[in-house]
Amino acid sequence: MDLELSPRHLEFRDECRSWLAANKPARPLRSMDTAAGFEEHREWERVLFDGGWSVPGWPASYGGRDCDLIEWLIYEEEYWLSGAPGRVSANGVSLLAPTIFNFGTQAQQDHFLPKMASGEHIWAQGWSEPGAGSDLAAIATRAIRDGDHYVLNGQKTWCSRGAFADWIFCIVRTDPEAERHAGLTYLLVPADAPGLERRPIGRLDGEPGFAELFFDDCRVRVDNVLGEEGQGWAVAMAAAGSERGLNLRSPGRFMAAAERLTELVRTLRAEQREIDPRRRDEVTDAWIRAQAYRWQTYATAARLMDGAELGSEASLMKVFWSELDLELHATALRLLGDRGELAAGAPDAVDGGRWLDGYVFALSGPIYAGTNEIQRNIIAERVLGLPRR
Amino acid sequence: MRFSFTEEQDMFRDTVRDLLADVCPPDAVRAGWDNDDGRVPGLWPALAEMGMLSILAPEEDGGLGMDEVDLVRLLEETGYAGVPDPIMEHVAVAVPALAEAGASGHLAAAIAGETTCTIALTGGGDYVVDAEGADLVVVERDGGLVAATEYRVEPQASIDRSRRLGKLVAVDSVDPLSGADPILANDRAALGTAAQCIGVARRLLDSTVDYVSERRQFGKPVGTYQAVKHHLADVRLGIEFAAPLVHRAAWSVAHPESHDVTTRARDVSMAKAMAADAVDRACRAGLQCHGAIGYTDEYDLQLWLKRGWALAAAHGDAPSHRDRVADALGI
Ligand SMILES: Cc1cc2nc3c(=O)[nH]c(=O)nc-3n(C[C@H](O)[C@H](O)[C@H](O)COP(=O)(O)OP(=O)(O)OC[C@H]3O[C@@H](n4cnc5c(N)ncnc54)[C@H](O)[C@@H]3O)c2cc1C
Repeated sequence: MDLELSPRHLEFRDECRSWLAANKPARPLRSMDTAAGFEEHREWERVLFDGGWSVPGWPASYGGRDCDLIEWLIYEEEYWLSGAPGRVSANGVSLLAPTIFNFGTQAQQDHFLPKMASGEHIWAQGWSEPGAGSDLAAIATRAIRDGDHYVLNGQKTWCSRGAFADWIFCIVRTDPEAERHAGLTYLLVPADAPGLERRPIGRLDGEPGFAELFFDDCRVRVDNVLGEEGQGWAVAMAAAGSERGLNLRSPGRFMAAAERLTELVRTLRAEQREIDPRRRDEVTDAWIRAQAYRWQTYATAARLMDGAELGSEASLMKVFWSELDLELHATALRLLGDRGELAAGAPDAVDGGRWLDGYVFALSGPIYAGTNEIQRNIIAERVLGLPRR
Repeated sequence: MRFSFTEEQDMFRDTVRDLLADVCPPDAVRAGWDNDDGRVPGLWPALAEMGMLSILAPEEDGGLGMDEVDLVRLLEETGYAGVPDPIMEHVAVAVPALAEAGASGHLAAAIAGETTCTIALTGGGDYVVDAEGADLVVVERDGGLVAATEYRVEPQASIDRSRRLGKLVAVDSVDPLSGADPILANDRAALGTAAQCIGVARRLLDSTVDYVSERRQFGKPVGTYQAVKHHLADVRLGIEFAAPLVHRAAWSVAHPESHDVTTRARDVSMAKAMAADAVDRACRAGLQCHGAIGYTDEYDLQLWLKRGWALAAAHGDAPSHRDRVADALGI
C-alpha cells in the first residue's frame, strides 16, 4: 500500500496541470451536440493532440505518451479539474480504440488510431436499434456479402452525434440463419458511405445529439470488419467493460463536479443565502461518494496493473458513477432552489445554467452503456453468483 | 501510488479468518450470551498467540510494530465472524494508547492477552463495551486519556447480547496516559468500527446469497427474482465503495507525517459514514430477502443484524461523520 504520489507522478501532474492551464479554451465551447459545437470540439481535440495530451495512455507511435494507468488517472483528474471542454472523441477513444488495439489488423491500427487521436476521425457508436436496446443481440440490421463489399439494410438509432461523426462503429447481422449472438459482425462504416442516410433527433435538452441511421443497400468494404466475421458479439463485449468502467468515466470528472458543488455552497453562503442542514449533508454525501469512486478506481487500477482483467466488476462501477453523477447534480439544483430551473440564457441563471445542463445529461447515465437494471442483473448473477433461473 | 495489500498482509488476513471460523462459529457466539462476560472461551489467548493483540504495539515493547493498514482487514474479519470480545477497543485503541503513553506494565499485560482493555471515549457515547469484564478502561477525560483499573459499572442491556454495555458510574483508580492523544484515539475507534461494519456487511451478504439460492417459492429459488437480485446488488455496491475508503483512512491514520489532523479526521469520517450506510443497507436487505426466518432469534442472521445496527451507530453514525467531513471541507 502506498497512497502517495511519487516524485515522478507529481512532476507528471504538474506538467499536465500547467499545459491545461495554458492551452484550454478561454471560453466554454458551444454544445458538442450541435453541428457548430461539434466542430469547435474537434478543433480542441487537435490542440490536445498537438500538445501530446489527446490520448496519453496510448503508445507514442499512435500519438500517445505511453502513460500507465495511474498517470492516466492523474491526467483525467487534472483534465476535469481544469474545466477543459468535454471530449467529443470519447466514444471512439474509450470504446472503439481498445477494440482496435485488441482485434484490429496492423493496417487498421495504423490507419485508424492516429486519425482518431488527432480528431480527424470522430467516431459514433451504432449499436442500438429500434428493436434492440437492452437486448442488443436482437440486432436486425443485415450486412450481406457481395464480393469485396457488404450490402447493409436496416436501421440504427440513438447514435450519439451520429449526424456529425465521420465514422460509425456498428454491429450488424451477417448471418441471418445463425443463432442470436452468433452471426453478428463488428463493422466500421464511413459516414459518407453510399446508401447511408442520417437523421438527427433532438435529445431531452433539445439539441440534435441523437441520430437515426438508415441503411438502404449501403455498401461497405469487407476490410472494414473488426475481428472476424461472425465474431461481432465477442469483439464488442470485450470492450463493454471499458465502456462501463473507468475508461469512459474516470473519477476525475466526478471529483471536479464535487469540488464545484462545495464551491457552490461557499458562494451561496457568501451571498448571505441560508444553507439548509439537509442540503449540507447531501453535498457532503455526494463529495464522499466521489472520493469513494476515486479510491475504488485506484484499487481496481492496481489489480489491472498486476494483470487482472476488469470483468463483471465494471458493472459495479457503471451503476456507481451514473448514480453519483445524478446525486451531484440533483443536489446542486436543490441548493439553487428556484434558480435551479433557469436555463442557459436566463439572466439569473447561475453559472450559465451549467448545473441544469449537467443534470439533464446525468439523467441519461443510468440508461446508456447498459441500463442500471441490466447492470444490477449482471452484479447479482455474475459477481454474486445468484441463480439465473 | 499503489492501492493494494501485500501477500503477507493477505496471508495474515487468511490466518485470522481461519482461526475465527474455527474458534468463533455462531454457536460459540451464542454460548457466550449465557456466560458471565459474553465472550468466547479460548479466543483471546489464541488471538494473543498469533500476534493479533499486539499489531499496533512497537517491536521494542514486544509487539508486531505494524500499522492501521495491517490492522483494518483483520478487524473486517472480526466483524465477519461476529467476534463478541472487545477486540476493536483493545487492539485498535487501547494498545497503541498504552504504548504511546509508555505505560509498559499495562501494555505488556494487554498484548500478552493477560488483560482485556476497553475504551470510554467522548466519540463513543456513554456506554462502554465490556466494561464489567475488562481489566482496564482507557477513559477520555479533561482533554486527555487515563487508564482506569478500578471503577464501578452500571450494566445496560444491549439489543446485541454479545455487547455487554455498561455506564461508568465511578472511577476509583487511574493512571494518567500522558503522551496518548485522545483525538487520535477517537479516530482509531471510528476507523476500527468502520472496518468491522464492512465485515458484518459481507457476512450478511454471503449468508443471504446462500439462503436465496436455496429457498424456493413459485417453483424456483427466490434468488432468481429480480427484486431480490437488485436488493443484493445494492448491498454489494455499498460494500464495494465503502471498503476502499476504510483502507484509505487506515493509510491516513498510519501516516501522520503526510496527513494533518483535519485530513485524518476527514478520511476517517468518510470511511465510517460509508461503512455505516453499507452495513445498514446490508441489514435491511438481508432481513427482507430472508423473510420471516430472518426475523427469528433461532436463526443466526440475527447475530449480524444486531451487530450491524449497533456498529453503524457506534463511535458516530453516518450523519454525524458526514458533519465532520463537511467541517473539514469548510462548507
Ligand atoms: C444519452 C444517450 C446516448 C446514447 N448513445 C448511444 C450511442 O451512441 N450508440 C448506441 O448504439 N446507443 C446509444 N444509446 C442507447 C442506449 O444504449 C440504450 O438506450 C440502452 O441500451 C437501453 O435500451 P432502450 O433505450 O431500448 O431501453 P429498453 O431496453 O427498452 O429498456 C426500457 C426499460 O426496461 C428495462 N429493462 C429492459 N430489459 C430488462 C431486463 N432484462 N431486466 C430488467 N429491466 C430491463 C430497462 O432497464 C429500462 O429501464 C444512448 C442512450 C442515451 C440515453
